[in-house]
Amino acid sequence: MTNSPTTPPGKVSMLSLLARDRVASTAAVVLVLIGACAVVGPMLLGDLAVEQNLRAVNLPPFSIGAGWEFVLGSDSLGRSVAARLVVAAGTTMSVAVPAVLLSLTVGSIWGMWAGFHRGRRESVSMRIADVILSFPSLLLAVVVLYVFTPSVANIIAVLAVARIPIYLRTARAESAELQSRLFVDAARTFGTGSWATIRRHVFPTVLPTLLTVAAVDFCFVMLTESSLSFLGIGIQPPDMSWGLMVAQGRQELQTAWWIAVFPGLAIIGTTVSAAMLAAWARMAGDPGQRWRLTLPRRGRGKITARKGVA
Amino acid sequence: MTATMEVDGLSVDIRTPGGTIRAVRGMSFAVHSGQTLALLGESGCGKSMTAHAVAGLLGPVADVAGGEVRLDGVDVLRLDPAARRRLAGPGLAIVFQDALTALNPVYPVGTQLAEPFRIHEKLSRRAARAKAVELMERVGIPEPRSRAGAYPHQFSGGMRQRLLIAMAVALRPAVLLADEPTTALDVTVQAQIMELLAELRAEQRMALVLITHDLAVVAEQADHVAVMYAGSVVETGPVAEVFRAPRHPYTRGLLDSVPSGAERGGRLRSIEGSPPELASLPAGCAFRERCPLARERCATERPPLVETGTGRASSCHYWKELADA
Amino acid sequence: MLTFLRRRIVSSAIPLLVVILGVFFLARLTGNPANLYLPLSATPEMRAEFAARNGFDQPIIVQFGDYLAQLSRLDFGESLRTAQPAAEAVLQAFPATLQLAGVTMLLAVVGAVVVGSLAAYRPNSAADRGASFLSATAASVPDFWFAIMGVLLFSVTLGWLPTSGTVGAAAWVLPVATLLIRPFGVLVQVVRGAMVSALSAPYIKVARSKGAGDQRVIFGHALRNAAAPALTVAGDLAVGLLNGAVVVETIFGWPGIGKLMIDSILQRDFAVLQAAVLLTALTIFALNILIDVCYALLDARVRQGVAA
Repeated sequence: MTNSPTTPPGKVSMLSLLARDRVASTAAVVLVLIGACAVVGPMLLGDLAVEQNLRAVNLPPFSIGAGWEFVLGSDSLGRSVAARLVVAAGTTMSVAVPAVLLSLTVGSIWGMWAGFHRGRRESVSMRIADVILSFPSLLLAVVVLYVFTPSVANIIAVLAVARIPIYLRTARAESAELQSRLFVDAARTFGTGSWATIRRHVFPTVLPTLLTVAAVDFCFVMLTESSLSFLGIGIQPPDMSWGLMVAQGRQELQTAWWIAVFPGLAIIGTTVSAAMLAAWARMAGDPGQRWRLTLPRRGRGKITARKGVA
Repeated sequence: MTATMEVDGLSVDIRTPGGTIRAVRGMSFAVHSGQTLALLGESGCGKSMTAHAVAGLLGPVADVAGGEVRLDGVDVLRLDPAARRRLAGPGLAIVFQDALTALNPVYPVGTQLAEPFRIHEKLSRRAARAKAVELMERVGIPEPRSRAGAYPHQFSGGMRQRLLIAMAVALRPAVLLADEPTTALDVTVQAQIMELLAELRAEQRMALVLITHDLAVVAEQADHVAVMYAGSVVETGPVAEVFRAPRHPYTRGLLDSVPSGAERGGRLRSIEGSPPELASLPAGCAFRERCPLARERCATERPPLVETGTGRASSCHYWKELADA
Repeated sequence: MLTFLRRRIVSSAIPLLVVILGVFFLARLTGNPANLYLPLSATPEMRAEFAARNGFDQPIIVQFGDYLAQLSRLDFGESLRTAQPAAEAVLQAFPATLQLAGVTMLLAVVGAVVVGSLAAYRPNSAADRGASFLSATAASVPDFWFAIMGVLLFSVTLGWLPTSGTVGAAAWVLPVATLLIRPFGVLVQVVRGAMVSALSAPYIKVARSKGAGDQRVIFGHALRNAAAPALTVAGDLAVGLLNGAVVVETIFGWPGIGKLMIDSILQRDFAVLQAAVLLTALTIFALNILIDVCYALLDARVRQGVAA
């Protein structure tokens, strides 16, 4: 029985489950690579990204003859598109990651607190969330970034505030549901304080859901930052972000299409990977759905007439 | 008399992360019109899976792996989906356990009751609705005309089960499968529902397959019983005979575990151990690890279901020892 | 039903008021319009006179009071830029956005219902995985980049479609496609998810046991149950469509309300901005009510106040 093929579902580890899913594991690899670029890239290629080379202006991609740095072409000032992409990854991440973490932290704590105590604290919190959500976040950001200068810190703050309600709602719903359950009551009868109960009982239960929401929201935040930068009220030159690169490339669309194309592909690659990984994690984290991932493919049965169509 | 429905060697496989599991292994039973056959067994023994396989309602991870289900001589498992759909209702109908989730929450019950007539008899909305009201009246829903517009959540558990039964018998099916139709209900309501089923069976000359784990229900309601263990039938025969003189140690164990008046004050007996994991069924007899009669032969040779008398069969190598005792 | 509506209207009105309030004060913080409208060489007297004429010399509370008083007379003030009544400017731009958003939403919902239902029919099948990947991609594409690529391919390279304008079907293709792609991707995922859980409900087996065919099961029984979550998300997406409208209208020169808002922020045109925001907020308010009504029509439990 030691080499039994019938491992119970509980014993399939998350990592081996991930390795089984080709799409999800590819997505994970892409995200790790982009993360590495964002961390290391600016240090290694920071100078190269701003170095102008007027003898190598608007080189098309794969111009290997001019040097490896022009593998993705160069822009109108002869700067390496590849190096700029890598450095921009750093900027984009340095906006998206703190914004997501900030809204995740504030929103979850607020939501768990509101859901745990119910009553007026809950309804006021939900009203605030409604107000923020009932207005298009990009417009909100546009207005706010005109009042305050569009610095990285301000962009992070605006995006974080705009996204807090997402976590607030999720955390509130789950914590309100838990609050009514027995084990929380049990903790309370032992005299455990509300924050201790939240930390010990509510938080571990809500966390997986919140993380999945955060992964999806990461895409949204990244896209909003790109849009803001594209509209000229996000990241400002000489800094570079993928959205800003698309805006700059737009001017030269007819002569040098690659300047706008590659940063767009970088955005899609990142967001699609994050979305696929989040979708996978949601399935893997849900005991009611996990079996779908572990199924062997349907074999050809002896009996072909079965309900349904293909 | 030929049986209305015969199930012969039916097997069902479930695909799981650990591999394919055979949940139903060579099930065979037959049921005649106007009679009730009880499928008796513990939870997890494959009763419901059998019913769903017969009705063609297996979920996406379960497949019929072999066998035949003959309805008036025709093997329904080999019919194409369209022909099978034509049988669903007039040929074969099913009543589910939990009436709250079995009724669609967003439609009035009258609409749901009218659906069989709309699908199979192509009646107009109005005519189908009238039929639905008649049905509601028949199963004992008060004020059917006005209640037809109400939604499932506005009915009590017992009324919902009545509605579900009404829906199943709408087209006077030849065979009605009732999958634990009373488990979710109060005891008093349970009796009413069983009574309703018995009435309808007699009235419409239906063959009723009653799936249950309740020995008392079997004793009161059924003509024949098929006792199931680990995915197959271990003993079958007329209820009175089987219960009086069981010819399989599992049936015997089940009967012994029922508290009866004579034994009041005595210790309740139960069957030692628990049912085997379907994924790792031992070779030979599936019951041998819990069986007081087990010996070497049981570990190697799987006992077939053999005739032990008129209309009776048992799958125990040593059934004679029980019969003689 | 009426009490249900009244309750929803009251609770939705609060966010509406807060938005009006917030935008009024935020807009005042965006800088002194005098710097923008008067030449650099303007004397302090000229600046003071400009401020007095437009009421900017009053304390901000008084300005807000005046604003509310004007609102109650349906007077939204005049554009600082064109001296046109703000209401007129906004109402001129509004239909363009509404048409664009309406066509987009219609296509997104219909498309998502079809694709999402088909994907949910066999979870984890090849078709489902394909649909999941495509919808995840669609939901992740930056709209501005998609628009530019569309222009590059269909306008610049192939010359099939115009790069701007609103006349003729061809002019609509790129703006609608750009605006469509993200809501469509998100909705497909939501419809799929809701349909997967609806299709695994016991009442689906019951419907099949009555002999209902695939069409009846999917569109009659499952979709009606899956519609509620899809509707909620569709509502949020419709609000989010205004985000996209800003981008799309800027890129394609679509004379709608998104472009008008960006322009009026850039030019410190308070009256127009406030009127535009007010109208947007009102539209969102009406939309939310509409969605609640649909919700109640779909499900009797909501109508009767039973927790679903």
